[in-house]
Amino acid sequence: MTKTQAAPLLEVKDVVAGYASEVDILHGVSITVHGGEMVAIIGPNGAGKSTLLRAIFGLLAARRGQIKLKGQDVTNHAPNELVLRGLSYVPQVDNVFPSLSILENLEMGAFIREEGLAERLEYVLSLFPDLAGRRGEKAGKLSGGQRQMLALGRALMLDPNVLLLDEPSASLSPKMVDMIFDRIKMINAEGTGILLVEQNAREALSVCHRGYVLAMGENRLEGEAKSLLDNEEVGKLYMGT
Amino acid sequence: MATPQTISPNLGDRLRGFQRSAGNIAAGGGLWAAIIGFTVWAAFAERDALTVGIVLGAILALGAVGLTLIFGVLKFAHFAHGDSMMLSAFIAWLLLNGIIVGERAGSETTLLPVTINDLPGADSAIWEFSFGYGLIVAMLLTAVLTAGMMVGIDRVVYRRLRRRKSGIVIFAIASLGLAFVMRSVILIFWGPTPRLYTPGIRNRIDLPFDVSVLADQLFILAAAFVVTGIVYVMLFRTKLGKAMRAMADNPDLALISGIDTDRIITWTWAVAGCLIAVAGVLLALQAHLDSELGFALLLPLFAAAIVGGLGNPQGALVGGFVVGITQEVAVTFDFLSPGYKFSVAFAILILILLVRPRGLFGERS
Repeated sequence: MTKTQAAPLLEVKDVVAGYASEVDILHGVSITVHGGEMVAIIGPNGAGKSTLLRAIFGLLAARRGQIKLKGQDVTNHAPNELVLRGLSYVPQVDNVFPSLSILENLEMGAFIREEGLAERLEYVLSLFPDLAGRRGEKAGKLSGGQRQMLALGRALMLDPNVLLLDEPSASLSPKMVDMIFDRIKMINAEGTGILLVEQNAREALSVCHRGYVLAMGENRLEGEAKSLLDNEEVGKLYMGT
Repeated sequence: MATPQTISPNLGDRLRGFQRSAGNIAAGGGLWAAIIGFTVWAAFAERDALTVGIVLGAILALGAVGLTLIFGVLKFAHFAHGDSMMLSAFIAWLLLNGIIVGERAGSETTLLPVTINDLPGADSAIWEFSFGYGLIVAMLLTAVLTAGMMVGIDRVVYRRLRRRKSGIVIFAIASLGLAFVMRSVILIFWGPTPRLYTPGIRNRIDLPFDVSVLADQLFILAAAFVVTGIVYVMLFRTKLGKAMRAMADNPDLALISGIDTDRIITWTWAVAGCLIAVAGVLLALQAHLDSELGFALLLPLFAAAIVGGLGNPQGALVGGFVVGITQEVAVTFDFLSPGYKFSVAFAILILILLVRPRGLFGERS
């Protein structure tokens, strides 16, 4: 699927950001995500993939550049404001409230939702049947894969336009990785745009429409996921072929 | 939409879960056995001390729940908790009588033109209690005032520190400074002389099983249970309470979920302020109003919160009773003078930190 003609849902332009003062991790990164599109960001460790998601979501200040969501400038807006505008984020670790029940975790995902909570809850639980039967259990007792599903469910509770996913397959068994990617495809098929940061480049590119390769905090390559999968440089650097 | 497949945890996850549960039972089982055994023994051998311990435990539980809420949401040790309790108790006294001390020792000045005791029948004793409905009105008004005071202190002091991204040590030191300020305020306005809400003899009530308690202590227990029940419902049944628990669990994820964390912090101070006020008034009713009592209570309060597991409200509730009962019953032993009461709390604190640092209800991180 190529959606380069329509205005992008999420547009990141020349963003510069970093943790320590005057030390930049991102040196002018640009990406776009269109409605209903699934975009992968791959690259080696330290390329700035997770940093980019944190900068988009307002958890890290962008020193330069611009971030637009649905055409509106949202650079350095607070996370709770971005959630209201239709952006959700699933961090790689610590992505559930361990002492809250599964149901309470999902309710917290919909904290600012005024109406339609019950319907949305049913939809999310139908997407993750493993959680549906255990809704009163504490999230801290879940396995890694189930936690990841709960984290996805929490982020979906507000019916976001764009979902930012930071390495959802990290530390999971191959079977769990397949399950997680299966769910991500289902979420995308419902029309949610997805920006997926992944170490598992082959798996990510096999499910995404387009991809970006970051290296040293800069855009290195971009294009259709299939062409990146077939790209010799990408294969050599990130997929061990 | 395709029908999603269900999954089950793999064998490794299941084994790890079993191992974790078994470890929890082994480590916590001994402590629970010791607590239950000690309480049962006290019920037969030291019934009077046990009764006082339960009353003190209820007060400590109220204070510790507030303390643990603040620790859970704001992640720092609130050293001004005990002094806030005592300042609240004096505010209630001011609302009742309108009196502060004068510039010279022994002289008194009426500060408020109208007081609660001016209301008809406000100081006439209810049932067998030593006080009238005025004290209950004063306690409720003080809860509102203390909630406002704690929110105000947060705005002036702690919020500025949060914005500067200060470390937890800075927060703790700031709260210690505020504790000194509060104690000084008490000394300036009410002096060092201990006071009572209502002077005179207190009626004793005989209960079944040869238990005898002061009527006021029954009120303390009932008030503590009602307030604790309200806080429990708030924390576990309301959206606000769940957001507080979510913030205590993972503040970053709360922010990511769209929760307005500043608003939750404000509400946390307001709820903690109400708990502080009720605990302070009940403490003064059980003992007396004393500028030094708040700081002395800090150790049992922290012991109670740590016994339950810092940041865990149910744990703080149980911890309050454990510390209160142990303190009161332990000093009935011949080898332990009542003067060492607070050292019992200290011993419990050290024991828990050595044996089970996450407390009775704390989750393994």
